[in-house]
Amino acid sequence: MDLAINGKKHTVANDAPQMLLWVLREQLSLTGTKYGCGEGQCGACTVLVDGAPVRSCLTPASACAGKQITTIEGLEQNGKLHPLQEAFLACDAMQCGYCTAGMIISAAGLLHKKPTPSHEEILAGMQGNVCRCGTYPLILDAIAKAAKGAGHAA
Amino acid sequence: MLHEFEVERYELREGPAYDFTPDRRDFLKLAATGIFVFLALPLEAQESGRGRRSGNSAPSDLAAWLHIAENGRITVYSGKAELGQNIRTSLTQAVAEELRAPVSQIDIVLGDTALTPYDMGTFGSLTTPQMAPQLRRAAVAARMMLASLAADLWNTKPDEIQLFEGLAHSGAQQATYGELTKGRKLTQTVTADLKLTPASAWKIAGHDLSKLNARAIVTGKEQYVSDIHLPGMLYGRVVRPTAFRSTLTEVDTTGVQAVPGAISVRDKDFLGVVTTEHAHLDRAAAAVRAKWNTPAQISNAELFAHLKETVETPVAWKESKSEIKTTAAYTIPYIAHTPLEPRAAVASWENGKLTVFTGSQRPFGVRTELAQAFGIPEGDIRVIIAATGSAYGGKHTGECAVEAARLAKAAGKPVKLVWTREEEFIWAYFRPAALIEIQAGASKDGTITDWQFHNYNSGNAAIRSPYNIPGQVSEFHAAESPLRQGSYRALAATANHFARECHMDELALAAGMEPGAFRLKNATDPRLRAVIEAAAEKFRWGRPKTREGQGFGMMAGFDKGDYIACCVEVTVINGKIRVDRVVQSFECGAIVNPLQLKNLVSGSVVQGLGGALSEAIDFAGGKILNPRLSAYKVPRFRDLPEIEIVLLDRKDLPSAGAGETAIVGIAPAIGNAVFHATGKRLRSLPMKLS
Ligand code: FES
Ligand code: FES
Repeated sequence: MDLAINGKKHTVANDAPQMLLWVLREQLSLTGTKYGCGEGQCGACTVLVDGAPVRSCLTPASACAGKQITTIEGLEQNGKLHPLQEAFLACDAMQCGYCTAGMIISAAGLLHKKPTPSHEEILAGMQGNVCRCGTYPLILDAIAKAAKGAGHAA
Repeated sequence: MLHEFEVERYELREGPAYDFTPDRRDFLKLAATGIFVFLALPLEAQESGRGRRSGNSAPSDLAAWLHIAENGRITVYSGKAELGQNIRTSLTQAVAEELRAPVSQIDIVLGDTALTPYDMGTFGSLTTPQMAPQLRRAAVAARMMLASLAADLWNTKPDEIQLFEGLAHSGAQQATYGELTKGRKLTQTVTADLKLTPASAWKIAGHDLSKLNARAIVTGKEQYVSDIHLPGMLYGRVVRPTAFRSTLTEVDTTGVQAVPGAISVRDKDFLGVVTTEHAHLDRAAAAVRAKWNTPAQISNAELFAHLKETVETPVAWKESKSEIKTTAAYTIPYIAHTPLEPRAAVASWENGKLTVFTGSQRPFGVRTELAQAFGIPEGDIRVIIAATGSAYGGKHTGECAVEAARLAKAAGKPVKLVWTREEEFIWAYFRPAALIEIQAGASKDGTITDWQFHNYNSGNAAIRSPYNIPGQVSEFHAAESPLRQGSYRALAATANHFARECHMDELALAAGMEPGAFRLKNATDPRLRAVIEAAAEKFRWGRPKTREGQGFGMMAGFDKGDYIACCVEVTVINGKIRVDRVVQSFECGAIVNPLQLKNLVSGSVVQGLGGALSEAIDFAGGKILNPRLSAYKVPRFRDLPEIEIVLLDRKDLPSAGAGETAIVGIAPAIGNAVFHATGKRLRSLPMKLS
């Protein structure tokens, strides 16, 4: 089975059907996408499929064939960080950092659909992502910062 | 800034009989040249047994060591562990400060039993008060060596040498630290106290510094334990009993053979499977047919009665002669740490020697557990702490490391074991449940005259009231815990603060006093008064309510060198509690990194919201009934109140650790605000109006 991940084609084994999360992590060594719950409740495993955030722990890899998958490793373009990555750095929006990839990808999906979201729209878009270290205030700052930057550029 | 966690009494084990921790000689072999500074443990620590006897040889008495290589890299080795609390950054700052070197020139090696001296564990908020000054001392010694090397080189006196930005200067001459070592191997052991740079003169420490590994984190490159992949590595899964305290009665593993690349492992009651492909793990585990015998066990409905019945020492109440008397009981359930990364370990055996990567606050403790489990010397085991999706006091133990090592032994290949979320909920340990009974009294003018406080089961932390109450009785009573319990951020300080500070409001009410004034009347410790005043001022405490359902509440407290006060505003609509605003003041001596401290304190408030309003473990018959994030509610974005942190910087006081105490404020402040809003007193966590 072929998967298009971060702009590259990957051929993966699919003799035992698997969720996308495990194909990314264990077959392709794309370990930036994390496991946190396996039931769609924490958002640590979020990836973009055709630009929309999906929970890779509940998404069969086979359902992604023919679609464009973006993981945290694919956000950086030509050595330049994605504005959200820059904003997370600038706001130091992490403690242990385990939720960070899922947060950034979920926010990227949100900004993709809605480049300048309201505070309420940010909350709605991020409600499914858990940060146990409680860095939510800084994560909100970072998303607002990235969105503002995008608004200016537009 | 730092958070680590005090070890609970359940986990305080005897130190091992032998110590195979590397010593000076082993460390000296790690580099051919450069400056080595070994830091001896303070004498009192050696005497108290931290520097343990190692068989017939000398006690292991090193706290840390530091190396300056010929290329100028400065590497510091400490047995503490980084679990997202950011000690790597704060310790780097401390060393950079004393060595007058840029942060970028410094590497910190933490929690590797082959490279770092023995350390009891990263808990008790001790990294800042103890490890940071120790590393500073090593850095000062190295700086003095560098100055005298430079003085020799340029034929002058050491005090003519200036060190800054990683260079030694004298007039127009300059040299890098690496050049000064000139291919030599120079060693020194520091025992004496050296003069450290005072906080008021700090240029690097005491200032904001972002996490050093932040770029790796935002690009997904940071390798957490569960991300580690070794060549030839297989995947493991433990097949668990259906309930606690169960014994295996029957097992049939023949079905496992039908799963490609799978083997089963059985050792007494331990059952597991190993597969070559991760994709086959679920199937292999499901193919193990096991029958378990489970004894009857109590449920959470019976919990608090059970704690009271099984108490080890009877509780004795004194008769109160106070004019105003109050009594009340408070309950705190078991809660789970729920670190976002569940326990994980990667184990490999080579020629009878074992290497395990894992996430734990006690790398050397995990090594001891492994040595005991496999009957091999500690010297044959290396435990390396990899980046960890945090712990909050929940990863002191090494069960996952032991299980991974057992599976790897059976498979003859490296094995990665990552617990499922459900396993993490069920098979880790919980924050102890508590029943707290209080009898209190005051005179008509609001002076507290009686304070009797009894905690069943949860612990001693911050059990004494910080108010001026001569003759207060504050006692902890061990009881039989139906569930496995252990350390959790701030330990019992959360339960004890909840009960005490709610009861302060109850007593204030009985005495007819406003809660803020009542606290200040009984607080004589100036540091306690200062945090109360700072929070009250920022919050504008004392203003009238402006809308229906609104309520204001406050608390104050002290633990582990930290002072805290918290004021909250809630709105109660249709029996639902919404926390609108939190103002928390915090004082932990001289501040090391204000940015990180603020994040840590605010993160503690958010985490504390869960225990206050939503988190509780449900159990019955030896089973956990809500072992999923869908059933166990942790705080999310929408639960977030407006949070304002007021930091009091006491440059004249030593820095205390700050990762724990900040969590104790939110629950009692909410309880008091809900009472202010509704007149209903909630004495059980999580607080619910029903
Ligand atoms: S692991 Fe997919 S949502 Fe938690
Ligand atoms: S930073 Fe630790 S879970 Fe979010």
